[in-house]
Amino acid sequence: MTTEATDAGAPEADRVLLRLDGLRKEFGTRATTVAVDDVSLDVHEGETLALVGESGCGKTTLTRLLLRLLEPTAGSVSFDGRDLTTLSAPELRAVRRQMQVVLQDPHSSMNPRMRISDIVAEPLVTHDPEARGRRARARNRERVGELLEAVGLDAGIQDRYPHEFSGGQRQRVSIARALALRPRLLVLDEPTSALDVSVQATVLDLLADLQRRLGLTYVFVSHNLAVVAQVADRVAVMRGGRLVEVGEATQVLRAPRHPYTRQLLDAVPALDPRKGRRAAQRAASPAAGADR
Amino acid sequence: MTVMSPAATDRTPAKTPAGGSGSAVLRALLRNKLAVVALAVLALLLFAALFAPLVAPYDPNAQNLLLRLRPPAWQDGGSGAHLLGTDQLGRDMLSRVVYGSRVSLLVGAGAALLAGVVGTVVGLSAGYFGGWADRALMRLADVQLAFPSLLLALAIVGFLGSGLWYVILVLGFTGWVSYARVVRSEVMSLRTRDFVTEARAIGVTDVTIMRRHLLPNVTAPLATIGTLHVAAAIVAEASLSYLGLGVPKETVTWGAMLSDGQLYLGTSWWVAVFPGIALMFTSLAINITGDALRDVADPKAYRR
Amino acid sequence: MTLDRPTPGPHEDREGAPPLLEIDGLSVDFRLDTSVVHAVRDVSLDVRAGETLAVVGESGSGKSATALSVLRLNPSPPCVYPSGEIRFDGRDLLKLSEKELGRVRGRDIAMVFQDPMTCLDPLQRVGAQVAEVLRHHTGVSRAQAKEAALAALDEVGIPDPELRYRQYPHELSGGLRQRVMIATALVARPRLLIADEPTTALDVTVQRQILDLLVTLQHKHDMAVVLITHDLAVVAETADRVVVMNQGRVVESGGVLDVFDHPADDYTRRLLAATPRLEAA
Repeated sequence: MTTEATDAGAPEADRVLLRLDGLRKEFGTRATTVAVDDVSLDVHEGETLALVGESGCGKTTLTRLLLRLLEPTAGSVSFDGRDLTTLSAPELRAVRRQMQVVLQDPHSSMNPRMRISDIVAEPLVTHDPEARGRRARARNRERVGELLEAVGLDAGIQDRYPHEFSGGQRQRVSIARALALRPRLLVLDEPTSALDVSVQATVLDLLADLQRRLGLTYVFVSHNLAVVAQVADRVAVMRGGRLVEVGEATQVLRAPRHPYTRQLLDAVPALDPRKGRRAAQRAASPAAGADR
Repeated sequence: MTVMSPAATDRTPAKTPAGGSGSAVLRALLRNKLAVVALAVLALLLFAALFAPLVAPYDPNAQNLLLRLRPPAWQDGGSGAHLLGTDQLGRDMLSRVVYGSRVSLLVGAGAALLAGVVGTVVGLSAGYFGGWADRALMRLADVQLAFPSLLLALAIVGFLGSGLWYVILVLGFTGWVSYARVVRSEVMSLRTRDFVTEARAIGVTDVTIMRRHLLPNVTAPLATIGTLHVAAAIVAEASLSYLGLGVPKETVTWGAMLSDGQLYLGTSWWVAVFPGIALMFTSLAINITGDALRDVADPKAYRR
Repeated sequence: MTLDRPTPGPHEDREGAPPLLEIDGLSVDFRLDTSVVHAVRDVSLDVRAGETLAVVGESGSGKSATALSVLRLNPSPPCVYPSGEIRFDGRDLLKLSEKELGRVRGRDIAMVFQDPMTCLDPLQRVGAQVAEVLRHHTGVSRAQAKEAALAALDEVGIPDPELRYRQYPHELSGGLRQRVMIATALVARPRLLIADEPTTALDVTVQRQILDLLVTLQHKHDMAVVLITHDLAVVAETADRVVVMNQGRVVESGGVLDVFDHPADDYTRRLLAATPRLEAA
């Protein structure tokens, strides 16, 4: 992106950037369902924490809670030592600058009626009074151009509309928008699940590169354990609204402690045709079907 | 990947202009032949209304009792001086139909605009905030709908007195419910879309989200209901005038002309039929335009 | 299993037997208002009874258009078939009348799609939808159809089929719905099953169950399966042979071991390299 960011340097080890403490969220008034149940978790500056679980496990609700898009029923979220639940509206806005989100579906994460320039500039216009008005336009364009180039897009696409781009390109635009305010934390909610594998690989490379250059901290939500294995420093496994296991990625993925984690890992299809059910079947009856 | 047209949508290069921009909508509209005819009729009508003193051969209220109930020019007894004949007071029918378009278009556009603004504000608030605001506003809409709007208009005009602006006000405030309902349901589905979530995560304020992200995405249905409402308001105004409760007598309106003319239907059909035809073609042209708008105003329609 | 000798797959034992489905030089075009999209270009592939052929590719590769062509399910217009043959049991399906094709659909060849919710009628009970296929194709009595439908639900591992038979699609979980789809597809005992991304919408543990189920049922009924997928890991798990498609063309095909061990085409290699692996941690 810009030069000053490159010397973000190695993040201080073990400095807690985001702390979730006893978070709980219930939905409904009469028959309440508990979407998130007593979740406590630390995210350290500069690391990638992967949050994994199957659909309905509460991982999406948890991201909405930590972004303060939902009010927790109980518990607290603190960012850089400040409890978000106690902040006033202007203070919360100031913190919001530092935590941004990239959502899964690049087709619905952009207003179809807005140009790329306005989409990427929206965080600037929202948080910086100097970025508003006609006079700021040239400066915004320049900044948007830098951001687009930082995510590997041409700065000249600013006047086009989202539907003119492929899913992978749109996801890059989403990332450019998330970086506009130079945040410290990015919440990546299934950022590559809607993409083709080859595109997914390039977007994952981009995210790793940005993290290195800008010293970003990632909360990476995913259902795909193979992707998690590639990106995560630490892994938190969620089920039924609770965290069942949190640990170093190598430990959780190679030597899981919780039976549910093991069950998840066993279910991942191996990229090896000599394993799996069909291979076993072929081995068991080499003449399968031929004798019938 | 979608099941039904797999490769088609994936690989078609999207060269088309931005969905929803004005010129693109117009270009798409011009591809629909019926809509072109309807637009031409509306343009003609607008021209006639704006330049009525130049278009109309006579003063619409000038009476000539010697030339009462003259038939149109192509019938026996008609003359080129009064192309569409004259009414029971000897007033020129063509001039009256031309002047009548002024009231019709003003009432139609004014009522639709007013109803559109009220309905959009109510629908956006109800759909975006949900909860008690939604329940309160939608109950209000139910109450509004429970009143037959024409009867309500009758009561209010009867109470406040007649006048062009009262008619616009009454038709505007009785017509907002359909806008509010449609905007609300669109907004409720838009509200959960990722781009609204992202805007909230960025810290964009509610009012800005409504203005920047929600309103532009409901313009297509709004334009459609708007045009249909213009037609409905024109007919409603005619009904009020027909009942003698619309605008004052000296203002020429198609509704009042219809009302006057029905007495002479047996002998002098043209007195009632010409304003009726004007009314019908106007509302037909507006409705066709509205349907065509709905078909083309959807940005997704360009993608193939 | 020994590694020095390739495992003989079923198709190798049946080399002499004619293929059940043979697609030969198929092209599929979508004729749009202003342009023509060549979705599938000169694609040839075949599958034998008891064998699983995986057609793998990314979006826009033409894999789904190819699969839908077999039963002519591409929306037409704008879809046209400018060239090629699709022979099933020796008959060219592209030349059949709609009526003749109707007898093939669901009876000889069945399909399973990605999203069961869009394929099941939300207003009809699950059991009725399974039974309807049978009644449509065989004209058995209502009681017989119900019995067969219950057996089919049981066969695809749906617990308490009597209860599920009476339920509506929205009352079932995603995994159960996909099982119902499979039951619907298999109740008339088709000889070929075409599964278009059957597990893409499912959680990984459910995906595992559904893949196992498909493999088991195929083995049991000696069915040919064409599996359309974007996921090479799913291919490795289930397929005997693979066809790799890119931009409407077949870029590589062969036995699953050959393709994974020695990918000949550059695109296949890139796809393999891009697929994330659990062992990366």
